[in-house]
Amino acid sequence: MKYYKEIIIEKCIKLVAMSTISILILIIFFIFRQGVPFLVKYGLPNFILGQKWLPQENIFGILPMIIGSLWVTIGALIIGVPIGVACAIYLVEFSGKHTKLFFKPAIELLAGIPSVVYGFIGIMVLAPFIRSNFGGSGLSVLTASIVLGIMILPTIVSISIDALSTVPLSYKEGSIAMGATNWQTIVMVLLPAARSGILAGVILGMGRAIGETMAVIMVTGNSLKIPSSALDSTRTMTSNIALEMGYALGDHRAALFATAVILFIFILLLNIITMTVIKSKKTR
Amino acid sequence: MNPKLTQKIAKSLLCGAVLLTSVVLFFIIFYILYHGLSNVNWNFLTGNVEDLGKKGGIFPTIVSTIYLTALSVLIAAPLGIGTALYLTCYTEENLFTKIVRFGTDCLAAIPSIIFGLFGFMLFVIYLRLSWSILSGALTLASMMLPTIIRTTEEAIRAVPSSYMDVNYALGGTKLQGIVKIILPKALPGILTGVILSMGRAVSETAALIFTAGMSLRVPVSMFASGRSMAVHFYSLAREGISLTNAFATASVLMITVLIINIVSYLIMHLFLRKYI
Repeated sequence: MKYYKEIIIEKCIKLVAMSTISILILIIFFIFRQGVPFLVKYGLPNFILGQKWLPQENIFGILPMIIGSLWVTIGALIIGVPIGVACAIYLVEFSGKHTKLFFKPAIELLAGIPSVVYGFIGIMVLAPFIRSNFGGSGLSVLTASIVLGIMILPTIVSISIDALSTVPLSYKEGSIAMGATNWQTIVMVLLPAARSGILAGVILGMGRAIGETMAVIMVTGNSLKIPSSALDSTRTMTSNIALEMGYALGDHRAALFATAVILFIFILLLNIITMTVIKSKKTR
Repeated sequence: MNPKLTQKIAKSLLCGAVLLTSVVLFFIIFYILYHGLSNVNWNFLTGNVEDLGKKGGIFPTIVSTIYLTALSVLIAAPLGIGTALYLTCYTEENLFTKIVRFGTDCLAAIPSIIFGLFGFMLFVIYLRLSWSILSGALTLASMMLPTIIRTTEEAIRAVPSSYMDVNYALGGTKLQGIVKIILPKALPGILTGVILSMGRAVSETAALIFTAGMSLRVPVSMFASGRSMAVHFYSLAREGISLTNAFATASVLMITVLIINIVSYLIMHLFLRKYI
């Protein structure tokens, strides 16, 4: 009787373990079922290379939004990666126990702040600052890059910390014994050894930046033209979905789902790259 | 350049990055609380939303937030903990665990707006749950799963395997060992994960707009639509309805997030010091 119970529970737990993969399959099914027929009908090249998005005239080109997403993401990486990696190096190599004790929860808190609050700070503080110092409307690629750069900091810091602390201590000892300073050791030994881990963090941060929606809607200004400078307004793929889904019907709605399909494939590719990067580190 | 000098410059730059990050964090917290806290009072917390949020309080949105968070945790926690148990206690590394891990990683990377579209198509339209607390909670639960699975897995792996050996040596079955030894030992870690994922539910916006709806009434059942605090704040701030109320709502939101983070931090540290 006792063993009977054990077996039933084991089967239940195995069933439960399929939940994530089933949800993933359901997501793919429901998003692709809406988006793919439209992509076939409209033509993939027309869709991703089209420069005009005019739903009322049945013209759906998302090139401006793809470029908007890319600009904003690259900007976020330019701001977030150096600061994030610097924080991680300082915490692992130079800081005392107290700084660590304070900073780790602080980073977790930074990750917990709602994205709408980041967007709000972007409109209230950053946008006026950029408007008066650099010109433009303030709602721009630059503003979004700074906001997103801060938002991806937690991801980059915590994964870089993990990567740096898994470098074997003997590497560092060897370098110090050769007479190198701490900083020389960091640049020449630790960072190369932790390279793939840090890269994985950067790619995950990139995924977060490209998928962020609410903060980006609030600070980019959402205009539909291809931005020509960092001070221009832009619209990303995610914000386009969130802005228009509320009233879209028919082909317009299908086009938004097709945008989600493109976004999904992009994120999946990033994720597969991350996994190969991490795996190559393990086999080495 | 002198290597010692280079090191000094580098160190101060790195320290600068840490300071900058901390200043940004404190600035965000103080900016919101400074502008909003003075308008948060009992009437604001317990009053109904009037005139789309121009006047009145945020009581219905607080109820919706609690409802959504509690329901999504109730759905996600058993699934997440079960998955983690399976990965750690019931199987060796094989193709199936690889697939489960791949699914978890992918789920963690999917943007919330895609979860929103998915929840809209599956729960709202296909399963005819319409815009409701239940649709929203099911969508949130799908988003929370990876966090809960990962933290639970880590917590279970931190329990020394010798404990399980002792359990077998004393004649205990696998299930007894899990229920009486592993789960109690791993509890603080599991709780931290669950509480952090509650934080995610509280601050989520994009996935809820198309699944839980925008109704400003107090949700009477899980089949009623309800607007969470974060969604309400978004509409106040973006549509420029009322800056005063936007700041006040943001303050309540920030305090909730702060409390969630502090509680999870305390649980982790108090329990860790006591048991491991």
